[in-house]
Amino acid sequence: MWVTGFWALISHWRRKPLQLLTLVTGLALATALWSGVQAINAQARASYDAAARSLGEVQLPQLIAQQGDSFDQGLYIALRRAGWQVSPVLEGRLDIAGQSYRLVGVDPLTAPEGMVPVAPAAAPDLTGFFTPPGQIFAAPETAGKLNGLATPVLVSDALAPGLLLSDIGIAQTLLNQPNRLSRLLVLPDQPRVQAPLTDIAPTLQLRAPQSGSDIAALTESFLLNLTAFGLLSFAVGLFIVHGAIGLAFEQRRAVFRTLRALGLPLHVLVTLIALELLALALLAGAIGMVLGYGIAAALLPDVAATLRGLYGAEVSGTLSLRASWWGAGMAIAVLGTAVAAAGAIWRVIRLPLLTPAQPRAWARAGEDRLWVLCAAAAALCALALAAWLLGTGLIAAFVLLGALLVAAALMLPVLLHLLLGLAAGLARGPLAQWFWADTRQQLPGLSLALMALLLALAANIGVSTMVSSFRLTFTGWLDQRLVSELYVTAGSDTQGSDLQAFLTPRADAVLPIWHLRTRVAGLPAQIYGVADHPTYRQNWPLLDAAPNAWDRVASGSGVLINEQLARRQALWVGDAIDLPGGWRADIAGVYSDYGNPEAQVLIGIAPLLRRYPQVEKRQFGVRIAPDLAPGLARALRDDFGLPADSIVDQAAIKAMSLQVFERTFTVTAALNVLTLSIAGFAILTSLLTLAAIRQPQLAPVWVLGLTRRRLAMLELARALMLALLTVLAAIPVGLLLAWLLLAVVNVEAFGWRLPMYLFPWDWIRLSALSLLAAVLAALWPARKLASTPPADLLKVFANER
Amino acid sequence: MNARGWVIALCSLLLGSAVAAQGFLGLGSDAEGFATPDPGTVLRFPRDYGAHPEFRIEWWYVTANMTGEDGQEYGLQWTLFRTALAPGQTDSWDSPQLWMGHAAITTRDTQFVAERRARGGIGQAGVTAQPFSAWIDDWQLSGADMGALRMTATGTDFSYDVSLLADGPIVLQGQDGYSVKSETGQASYYYSQPHYQLSGSLTLPSGPVAVTGQAWLDREWSSQPLASDQTGWDWFSLRFQDGAKLMGFQLRSTARAPYTVATWISPDGTPTTLPPGALAATPLRTTRVAGRDVPTEWRLQLPARDLDLTITPLNPQSWMSTSVAYWEGPVRASGSHPGRGYLEMTGYE
Repeated sequence: MWVTGFWALISHWRRKPLQLLTLVTGLALATALWSGVQAINAQARASYDAAARSLGEVQLPQLIAQQGDSFDQGLYIALRRAGWQVSPVLEGRLDIAGQSYRLVGVDPLTAPEGMVPVAPAAAPDLTGFFTPPGQIFAAPETAGKLNGLATPVLVSDALAPGLLLSDIGIAQTLLNQPNRLSRLLVLPDQPRVQAPLTDIAPTLQLRAPQSGSDIAALTESFLLNLTAFGLLSFAVGLFIVHGAIGLAFEQRRAVFRTLRALGLPLHVLVTLIALELLALALLAGAIGMVLGYGIAAALLPDVAATLRGLYGAEVSGTLSLRASWWGAGMAIAVLGTAVAAAGAIWRVIRLPLLTPAQPRAWARAGEDRLWVLCAAAAALCALALAAWLLGTGLIAAFVLLGALLVAAALMLPVLLHLLLGLAAGLARGPLAQWFWADTRQQLPGLSLALMALLLALAANIGVSTMVSSFRLTFTGWLDQRLVSELYVTAGSDTQGSDLQAFLTPRADAVLPIWHLRTRVAGLPAQIYGVADHPTYRQNWPLLDAAPNAWDRVASGSGVLINEQLARRQALWVGDAIDLPGGWRADIAGVYSDYGNPEAQVLIGIAPLLRRYPQVEKRQFGVRIAPDLAPGLARALRDDFGLPADSIVDQAAIKAMSLQVFERTFTVTAALNVLTLSIAGFAILTSLLTLAAIRQPQLAPVWVLGLTRRRLAMLELARALMLALLTVLAAIPVGLLLAWLLLAVVNVEAFGWRLPMYLFPWDWIRLSALSLLAAVLAALWPARKLASTPPADLLKVFANER
Repeated sequence: MNARGWVIALCSLLLGSAVAAQGFLGLGSDAEGFATPDPGTVLRFPRDYGAHPEFRIEWWYVTANMTGEDGQEYGLQWTLFRTALAPGQTDSWDSPQLWMGHAAITTRDTQFVAERRARGGIGQAGVTAQPFSAWIDDWQLSGADMGALRMTATGTDFSYDVSLLADGPIVLQGQDGYSVKSETGQASYYYSQPHYQLSGSLTLPSGPVAVTGQAWLDREWSSQPLASDQTGWDWFSLRFQDGAKLMGFQLRSTARAPYTVATWISPDGTPTTLPPGALAATPLRTTRVAGRDVPTEWRLQLPARDLDLTITPLNPQSWMSTSVAYWEGPVRASGSHPGRGYLEMTGYE
């Protein structure tokens, strides 16, 4: 009985392979998008975790120099001998074959447990690690690039890409920093007696443990972005699955009833259906996982480039498969199927045995159902409002965003119902009246697909508006900000002063761009010194400024800070900020500083040198007539002997910045296209479902004299009209989304707020795309209708149905 | 990724791995490139108070039995280990010398333990012979000469600061300081100063305690002191009420009977090295300590001196939970020669 029942169920797919294809495709696409995004996220997270683990310093308090970025090793010994249990770290950039790597030197004897990763299995060879030339540990892909290094490179999976780890002594040699240390980690177990820090090392300061790595916190927002996208895709995908499964069940009602009438017990039928769905879910899930892997593999290099460009965070560019990822992906596919099929199975359970097994529309367009939608939308709006008013941080921003989007989607059927009712009221003539009434009657069956379209389109408009606004702001800002014709970097401070002497008679102005890397208000920060020059006064874009801001900067009585720092610390003009070396400076202005993950403080060059004499004096901006710039660059190379890569012209920097920018949003653009195509697919499956069950409704109209061709045209027009209404509704939703992204999410994620620009051409293009997707989706069912044999239509009136 | 790998590897290099094939603490491993003890060498002081970087391993080991002003018995340990990845030293991070310190206070019911590690060559730890100073971090054992030392150490929950005054001579163990460790000839240089009178104070979570007592310094260095089949040792240092002292140990072997060594020290400090096998050590009772069975009560017999003792610990749980763990604590001797002393047991897995 089980076997016979099973074959009877399966036979349906043999007769309708197309339906099987739709079901599997829908489920596979949904799984693919979700798992693809998850794979990217997991990869990025794993890279950070590795970085955080291998430098497990963040959870420990640290001792750092009050001034400068390193201090003498003697302080370490003095502290140890005074009872302080501290472990030394030296960190610096190491240039190998034209690429810069972060080298961290540690002392494995005193390092906190777990900080230093080693190659598994092989017993670490301390002698080799300590003794020159030492050893460098690096992630597999980084290790592959480190050629021509005198120090042997060993592979460790636990290290983040781009990070090199060596013994502290080896690091001092490689970085040419003999007897220097960057910081001391204060270990958890301290002896019960120790001398106060101020007695032993008054030039060091204690920094409280960071709650998490700064980069991780920043990139977390980007990943959350991707996760939100993944969820959206999955929600859209669920609509498809729901559609496809609904279709399959509607079509097989007759089979179910017959099987039951022949004596197949209900529990056997339900079990068989469940097993069949499980098998389908597993099959489609597996296909989806492979597709998802493909999506992830295609997008990961861009994600990695984005994270590197925007945050300086290294993410491994190659995808590694994780068992947890497979498990979660398959679970999502099965769960998604279960959710989508629950209603359908419920109806099978309640299937009346004796009534005709006539397919019917999924639900009646009852007013009650619309009220439920309204109530749900209102509740979501309330949630959004609560998140807006009470919440802080990125999570609240996304809750706000998600709740508003879903509320908008839920309101769509209500809106369409009202509009169609209005149109029906205005309609003249029986055909028009039938058309509107019939459309309204079909709405419940189509509304899920239309909601999916709304979501996809709104997301598309929102994200593209944000990206375009960002691009416009960013390019304008770059033009303002990058005014010097040449940017040159000397190899040392001495060469720096030679360079300045060389350039001064040859250029209109030589502007030092000297900076100090430090921490301000607990954030990693750069303090820049700038010359008092019209270049800055005229071009530097200030968001908020005190009168005479530039005079105050030049004299040292005020500083400028970037928007990120201002927003994170809620510091604006009139406030004061604590800078290293015990300097409490007044804020004279705030400037926008896109694309920089760190806090920045701008002060006059004279105050910079006075306060921080140890600053590196190597970088200069050169003002010169643009047509003379290439000649000067040549003179710098040939006469002065500056390496070519130390001279960058304005155009090159702009091109580089824009390239980083473009790559940043490749991923979102790609995901946008995918979501939109999935929404188109959802419309297709819904229309196919409806087409199959609408014969009884169309047959009378055909009998009354409408040709099949005319009916098909009407069907097409209906799809187009519904899509158009949805698109019109999606535009304001998309703009709201864009505003939220620019004014709320961006501030939380990046620390800057962007002006919003409107791009009506984009909307038209996207709308046209959506309509095209809807028409393409409707074309096939319409063609089928046009070519339905009259005999089939006549059968509607026969008894055999 | 085994993060503990480093710690374990480190300790196996500091003290060797506990792999049986290599002998306890890897002390049975090959002495390639390092100097080896030679029975003809005459130890000279103050030179030999200091470090011998051409040898693989070395230690400065002080144990003390004390009585507090509260009438309680206490034990104390201060140890500095040196191990070399290669012979020789430099004045920078690339020095092959590594250091480890262990400190402990034993009370009747608690063992307070601390450990320190340091690289050589940078000044964080080291030993100078004249004036004598041995230090790692803030711990020190130092004085103008070996006769009068100040000894300090701190842990998270204890500290001590005591002074040691010698009232007897240094005792050369074995054959004028050349101490044989197995039938196959492995040996070390080994001398002791068992005559220290101790006074000072301990600080425990319950507060400071003034203490007085006796301390015993052991100095030993070698490059390969154990045979490869030797898995650990049981070492006794005892002071008897009549003023005589006994140092005795047995090296346990997987292949043969334990190799026992003993030195009888008369009240005036004259040592007599007894022939191998003269001492017999028999476990009487084991205690479950840190998940393993450790013999904490012993019968010691030395027929040549009519000695028959029962050794009982002050605290059977005197476990040194350091990166290489072992049992070390004060004991009491009863029987033919009542007294107090210390017991160290290694290699119990």
